[in-house]
Amino acid sequence: MTRLDCLRAVYDRLADSAVVTIMGAVAAELQSIGHRPNFFYLQHAMGLASSVGLGIALSRPSVPVVVFDGDGSVLMNLGGLSTLARYRPANLVHVVFDNESLLSVGGFPTATGTCTRLAEVAAAAGVPRTACATTIDEFVKEFAEAQQARELTTLVAKVDAIGPSAFVTDLGLLENRFQFQRYLQGR
Amino acid sequence: MPVSAANSQIVFDALKASGVRLMSALPETWLVHLIRLADDDPDVTLVRLAKEEEGVGISMGAHFAGVKSAMLMQNHGFLAAINGIVSGAQLYRIPLLMLISDRGTFGERDPWQTEGGAVTESVLTALRIPIMRLDEPAKVAHRVKQAQTLAYSASKPVALLLTRDLMWEDA
Repeated sequence: MTRLDCLRAVYDRLADSAVVTIMGAVAAELQSIGHRPNFFYLQHAMGLASSVGLGIALSRPSVPVVVFDGDGSVLMNLGGLSTLARYRPANLVHVVFDNESLLSVGGFPTATGTCTRLAEVAAAAGVPRTACATTIDEFVKEFAEAQQARELTTLVAKVDAIGPSAFVTDLGLLENRFQFQRYLQGR
Repeated sequence: MPVSAANSQIVFDALKASGVRLMSALPETWLVHLIRLADDDPDVTLVRLAKEEEGVGISMGAHFAGVKSAMLMQNHGFLAAINGIVSGAQLYRIPLLMLISDRGTFGERDPWQTEGGAVTESVLTALRIPIMRLDEPAKVAHRVKQAQTLAYSASKPVALLLTRDLMWEDA
């Protein structure tokens, strides 16, 4: 299963959500499918995508929020999982693409490849709904159920450690940031 | 506990008057009353953090969603949040109001606070973050408002340093 295939499979389900992604491959691949004003790509501040999503979800409970996170980013802010779980916003779906690797910086293996199981970490942190998908069909089913559940969900997708050849796109960071803010203001 | 409840109330009222509706915090002695006030106020969302850097992301999201926020933290928490401040709030031009208790300066009795106290202002300056000190109760409301105004006009983080003179009655 590739991350790009996962993103393609749920792309149409993102139209009504505020979407926050991490840097690198996730941001580049989602943009390659098609940028939308409701997508914000956190191109640095590694680990904080779920925190940005939490800030949006708590501030605007009527807006569905989707965060596309990664194993390296989650491991860098494991405490953030406990904060997510503590406030458990019902309008947040937290997807973690787990490729067991810090792909964007050369493929350094993370602990999820040897011992750490992030769906179980999230469950133990107190996230009320968790799942781990290893096939596209599982991923799409779990993502759709999470969007319907109205309960905080962390969905871990085990994906191959492959990504695009380049990460820089022609969408400026500030252009994206202000466009996203205006999108939320209009909702 | 000789943390000033009256001056904590003044700071809290000033934050509310400047429109702050979400506060993220980690406990620290000088902040106990402020955090309790935030927790007790139905108009304020208090987010209790595991680590201060999370608060930068939460404030970014709140700002995108149109909610004014503030971070309540100790200076060591500020030091722990620096990457988020630089590669989140500064990179993305976020108006970020940070209230930082300035431990480890003159009058500090806890040895473990002293190194942080010695570097806080110079680190803030190195990051080009504007600083204002809150030391006199009568000036708190005005300075909080000024800090918020600059944060929004510049779209950048600003720091208000909570000083011993304001927060500690036994100073």
